[in-house]
Amino acid sequence: MKLLVSAASLRVSAACCVSALLFWTAAVSADIGSSGQMLLLQGAGATFPAPLYKRWIKVYSDERPQVQIKYDAIGSGEGIQRFLAHAVDFGASDAALNDEQLAAAGEGVKMIPATAGLIALAYNLPGITEPLKLKRDVYVDMLLGRIKRWDDPRIAASNPGLTLPKRDIVRVVRRDSSGTTYAFTNHLSAISNDWRDRGPGVGKIVDWPGNAMAAPGNEGVSARIRLSVGAIGYVEYGQARRLGLAMALLENAAGQFVAPAETSGQAALKNNLSAMPANLRLFLPDPKGEEAYPIVTLSWLLLYPRYDGAGRADAVKDFVTWGLTEGQTHSRELGFLPLPDELLRLSRSAVASIH
Amino acid sequence: MNMFEQARSADSVSGPPSKGDYFFDRAFQWLAKAFAWAILAVVAALLLEVGSKAIPAIKDYHIGFLTSTTWDANKDQFGILPEIWGTLYSSFLALIIAGFFGVMMAIFLTQDFLPPRLAAIFRIIVELLAAIPSVVYGLWGIFVVIPAIRPLANWLNETFGMIPFFSTSLSGPGMLPAALVLAIMVLPTIAAVSQDALRLVPYRIKEAAYGLGATRWEAILRVMLPTASTGIFGALVLGFGRALGETMALAMLVGNSNQISLSLFSPANTLAALLALNFPEAGETEVKVLMYAALVLMLITLAVNVAGTAIMTMTNKQAGGGR
Repeated sequence: MKLLVSAASLRVSAACCVSALLFWTAAVSADIGSSGQMLLLQGAGATFPAPLYKRWIKVYSDERPQVQIKYDAIGSGEGIQRFLAHAVDFGASDAALNDEQLAAAGEGVKMIPATAGLIALAYNLPGITEPLKLKRDVYVDMLLGRIKRWDDPRIAASNPGLTLPKRDIVRVVRRDSSGTTYAFTNHLSAISNDWRDRGPGVGKIVDWPGNAMAAPGNEGVSARIRLSVGAIGYVEYGQARRLGLAMALLENAAGQFVAPAETSGQAALKNNLSAMPANLRLFLPDPKGEEAYPIVTLSWLLLYPRYDGAGRADAVKDFVTWGLTEGQTHSRELGFLPLPDELLRLSRSAVASIH
Repeated sequence: MNMFEQARSADSVSGPPSKGDYFFDRAFQWLAKAFAWAILAVVAALLLEVGSKAIPAIKDYHIGFLTSTTWDANKDQFGILPEIWGTLYSSFLALIIAGFFGVMMAIFLTQDFLPPRLAAIFRIIVELLAAIPSVVYGLWGIFVVIPAIRPLANWLNETFGMIPFFSTSLSGPGMLPAALVLAIMVLPTIAAVSQDALRLVPYRIKEAAYGLGATRWEAILRVMLPTASTGIFGALVLGFGRALGETMALAMLVGNSNQISLSLFSPANTLAALLALNFPEAGETEVKVLMYAALVLMLITLAVNVAGTAIMTMTNKQAGGGR
């Protein structure tokens, strides 16, 4: 009897070990980068632009085998932490750096807008083929947990043709510290006083009221939405498109229902770039314009103004400049927005000052 | 040639132990003792390590950590009541399911329903369930269990929505799929230990019951089960202990939602899942807080397992005395 019990507990502990190992190897492999003869550039940060950066790295290093670049998509929050701790060669964040972090970094950071994207409200409602239209107050209240069911009259009001299911709305949100969450909550705070003052407010992680499911990364959230009938969540547009998720039309500042798409994203960018500050940190919480999609964000690469070690600065500069020119042509296919030329010029001149 | 020299001569197979034999014997004893103590030392070191790392968080959050429902790394507000609730609720549900099936299985396999050889095969198959990795259970849960139970769950929600257990619809990951998969995972533990408990009951007791005119089911339900009840209870407690600590499958299936709900279909969270999923990205404060949560989980499982083992030791003594 004792033998049996111990055999059972052995198996139990073996299973625990395996799962623990899985996590640790995942965590550890992110930190280890062995640099042999080749130059290894290590980057880490946002999952939002990760598909684009990974494409850049692949195409770029196919042409230049002497440079090896790694990018760990671990979320903007952790990316900023590693960047500030000088654990990487470049960071990436959809929330840039906040004022406090900027103050801490002092002269030690260049924020380079490298791409832009849309954040879609993706949902999983089988049988609903027409895209859902959501008014601003309606999607804020859905996310606040005030509208609990899909067949709520306020949702139905803007979707007269649809038979909405008698189901609970299950929200899927980011569990990790995320620039996508930052941009999204920044938008919600801009359009709703309730969200800003009495709700969760703005942050890379916020405390979502009620029954929100938390998943890691943009991939995790989209996968969870696809898996869960009646779910709604905010994800990067290209990611949602790749998984074939349905995306809601959102009411913009001009009162129009706009679908997430390249044109509506471009419209949002072009109309609102005039406010760009010198440090290139421009948030677009509620872009103006009839055709503008309401939730758009720039995504930044975080670079150090100077790099030690032979050729490191040049390698970083070359890669990022490539991304800001040729790299932009890959944006469209992956669902990102190619940056407008004037912004690219600003970004490139910021990169040029690195040495 | 005296007796001993004769014994050492080459043509003899047996002989008194040589100095080397003594040495090996002693060394093995010491080694065995050392390893036995090392196990205790490892447990103590684990508790100490987790405990000491949790101390800052214990100082900051006190006992309120156990009763608060917020988990907000931004505002440094942490509480694990939803996770404690989710851990206990999912384990309890799994225990009900696995307990029923596990004990039934134990009866089926020990009370002469099957030829011994077939029973042995069944037994091995059930035990093989314990060899399946947790991740595989998780995937199976996502791709098989959830789609399979969703229609029934949503029918229950639509028809009996006023009952708190069915008050939400099942969208995907949630309490019920997690508990079902968890039940299958703890089934081998419960089935195996209850089989042993039933087997420990001397056969002559059953024969005596038959002799008094009891039917087969009367003998099983009124004589065998009550006699083995302490052991079966121990099996349930051990199964509960295993369920509490199960991580990977639950992290994939429970829905990772920070809320307390009686509904079987709403997403929830467990302590183990919280630990596994939040550690990789946790900031400095969060790590300390997670250590506190780990300590709480360890203490809960430790208490449950100690209780289970104590009950089983008691049974073994009782059964031994009956012989």
